[in-house]
Amino acid sequence: MSNVSADANQSASNEQPQSSNRRKFLTVATSVIGGVGAVGAAIPFVASWNPSAKAKAAGADIEVDISGVAPGQLIRVMWRSKPVWIVRRTPELLASLEGIEDQLRDPSSEQEQQPAYAQNRYRSIKEEYLVLVGICTHLGCSPQHLTEGAFAEYAEGVPEGFFCPCHGSKFDMAGRVFQGVPAPLNLVVPPYQFLTDTTLLIGSDA
Amino acid sequence: MNGFLNWIEQRIPMMRVANMHAIQYPAPVNMNFWYVFGFLATIVLVNQIVTGVWLTMNFEPSAERAFFSVEYIMREIDFGWLIRYMHSTGASAFFIVVYMHMFRGMIYGSYQKPRELLWVFGMLIYLALMAEAFMGYVLPWGQMSYWGAQVIVSLFSAIPVIGPDLVIWIQGDYVISGATLNRFFALHVIALPLVIVILVFLHIIALHEVGSNNPDGIAIKHKKGSLAEEDKTKYKIHEYYTDKYDIADDVVPFFPHIVLKDLVAFSIFLGVFSYIMFFAPEMGGYFLEHPNFEIANPLKTPEHIFPVWYFTPFYAILKAVPDKLFGVLAMFGAIAALFALPWVDRGSVRSWRYRSGLHTWNLIIFAIVFIFLGYLGGTPQADWKIVASQILTVMYFGFFGLLWIYSKNETTKPVPERITK
Repeated sequence: MSNVSADANQSASNEQPQSSNRRKFLTVATSVIGGVGAVGAAIPFVASWNPSAKAKAAGADIEVDISGVAPGQLIRVMWRSKPVWIVRRTPELLASLEGIEDQLRDPSSEQEQQPAYAQNRYRSIKEEYLVLVGICTHLGCSPQHLTEGAFAEYAEGVPEGFFCPCHGSKFDMAGRVFQGVPAPLNLVVPPYQFLTDTTLLIGSDA
Repeated sequence: MNGFLNWIEQRIPMMRVANMHAIQYPAPVNMNFWYVFGFLATIVLVNQIVTGVWLTMNFEPSAERAFFSVEYIMREIDFGWLIRYMHSTGASAFFIVVYMHMFRGMIYGSYQKPRELLWVFGMLIYLALMAEAFMGYVLPWGQMSYWGAQVIVSLFSAIPVIGPDLVIWIQGDYVISGATLNRFFALHVIALPLVIVILVFLHIIALHEVGSNNPDGIAIKHKKGSLAEEDKTKYKIHEYYTDKYDIADDVVPFFPHIVLKDLVAFSIFLGVFSYIMFFAPEMGGYFLEHPNFEIANPLKTPEHIFPVWYFTPFYAILKAVPDKLFGVLAMFGAIAALFALPWVDRGSVRSWRYRSGLHTWNLIIFAIVFIFLGYLGGTPQADWKIVASQILTVMYFGFFGLLWIYSKNETTKPVPERITK
C-alpha cells in the first residue's frame, strides 16, 4: 500500500509537465466527446417536434372534382388543413384583371408564391380556374371573397376580390396583393395539376 | 423543541436562510406602495401554479377534446368555474402587477448599477411569462386561441431562409393542429413554469445580493466604518450584510415590517381580484375574448383578431410597420430595448425625485404611449389608427433614444445622504 503511493508520488513529481499536458488533453477530449454526446442526445428531442408520420399522411395530395363549379363560383376544399379556393372565373372577370395592375404590388408574380407554370397574369394553368391557398400572406388569416361590388368599398372600381378582415389586406381575383396593405406577397398558388378536364389534383404537379 | 430545531439546523440551514432573507434582511424604511407589486406577483404565481395543477386534472389536451373539457370544468366539476376563473383572472392580474412592478423599477432607477442583472432576470421572467400566457391562451382551443396562435406562430415565418420550415417545426404539422396544442400544453404546464420559478429564485437571490432600492434611489448600505454608531440601525440585521457594510438607521427587517405592509396591499388586491373574478371574469372581452367561446375553426377567421390586452401594445407596434420582417423586428426590438435599459440610461442618479423634469416627463409620456399603443392594438383597424400607432411606435423608441442622450449630462437635484423620512 505504502509502496504504491510512493510510486504515484514519485511519478507525479518526475513527470510534472507531461502529466499537465495529459490532463489538458483529457479535459479537452472529454469535453469534445461529451459535447458530441450532448448534441447527439438533443437530436431525438428536436426531431420529435417535426410533423409525425400521421400528420404527413394527412398532408397528402387531394383530388377535387370541379365539374359542378358554375362560372363565377368559388368552392373551398381542405388541403393540409388549409382552405384551398377554386374559382371558376368568368371571361369578364379575366378581362378586368389587366386594368388594375397599377394598383398591385407584384402584378407579374415575380415573387415565388406560385409554381413556375402559374407565373402569369391569371396565376393559373387554365385561365378559367384559379387555385389558391386561402391564407393571407400577412399573418395567416383567411380572407373573405367579396363579390358584386362589395369589394369596391375597399378598392375603388374593382368589383370583386379578396379582403382580409384581420388587418385589411386586399387581393385581386388572381390572388395578387394590392399596394398599401400589410400583406407583403401575393396569395400562394399550391402545386396542382389537371388529371382530367374536370378533376384537379392538389399537392403535386409532376 | 429547541433541541429538535438545532438538530435540523445542523443538517439543513433553515433558520439561517430565513434570517438572512427575511427576518434579518435590511429593507429601506421608505418603501412605498410601489413596492408591493413584487410580493403580489409572487402571490399570483402561487395562485397560477395551484389552480393550474387543479385544471390539469380535468383538461384534455387534444384538438377534439380541449374545448369540451374546458366546458366540462366550467359546468360539471364542483367549483371548476371558480378554479378556472382564478386561473384566467390570475393571468391578467399577473401582467397588471408585473407592469406596475416594472414601472416602479423605471421611475426609481432600480435597474441602474449595481442592479443591472437583477433587471435582466426580471425581463427574462417577463419574457417567459409572455410565452407562458400565450401558450396557456391556446389551450381552450377556441377561435381566438386558434387564430391568435396562427398570428403569433407565423411571426417566425418572417425570418429569412429558415422561417417557413421553422414554423412547421414549431407547429408539428403544416398548420396549427392538435400536435401544436399538445406541445404547448407540455410547455405551459411543465417547462415554462419550471423556468419561471427558477428565474424568480435567481431574481430574489440577485436582489438580496445588491439590496433593495427605494424611492430615494440611495444606498442604505454604507462603507464599513463610515457610519457613527448612532447612525447605524438598531435592528438586528444578519451578519451577511453587517460584515461587509454599515447599515444605516434607514432600514427595517423585511419580516415582519415589510411583509405586514405587503399583506395590507394583498388584502386590497384580493378585493379587486375577487370582484373581477366573481362579477366580470371576462372583463368585457378583454380578459377572455368573446370569439373564444366558439370552438376553433381553421376555415373561419374571426372578424377581428386581437391578442389578450397585455400583448396589445406590442401588437400595435407590429401592425404599425408596413413590412412584415421589419414589423416583427420592431416588435421584438420594443422588448429588447427594455432589456437594454440599464445601459441606455447613462445617469448615476436613480430616482425621478432627484432627476430632471425632462426625465419625469419622459417617463410619464412613455407610460401614456404604452397604454395608448395597447388601446390601438386591441381595437379594430382604422386608417387613423395606423398613423397613430406609427407615431406612438416612434415615441416608444424615442423614450430610450432621449434617455440615452440627456442622461449623460443631466441636471439633477442634490441627492440626500440618508433616506428622507
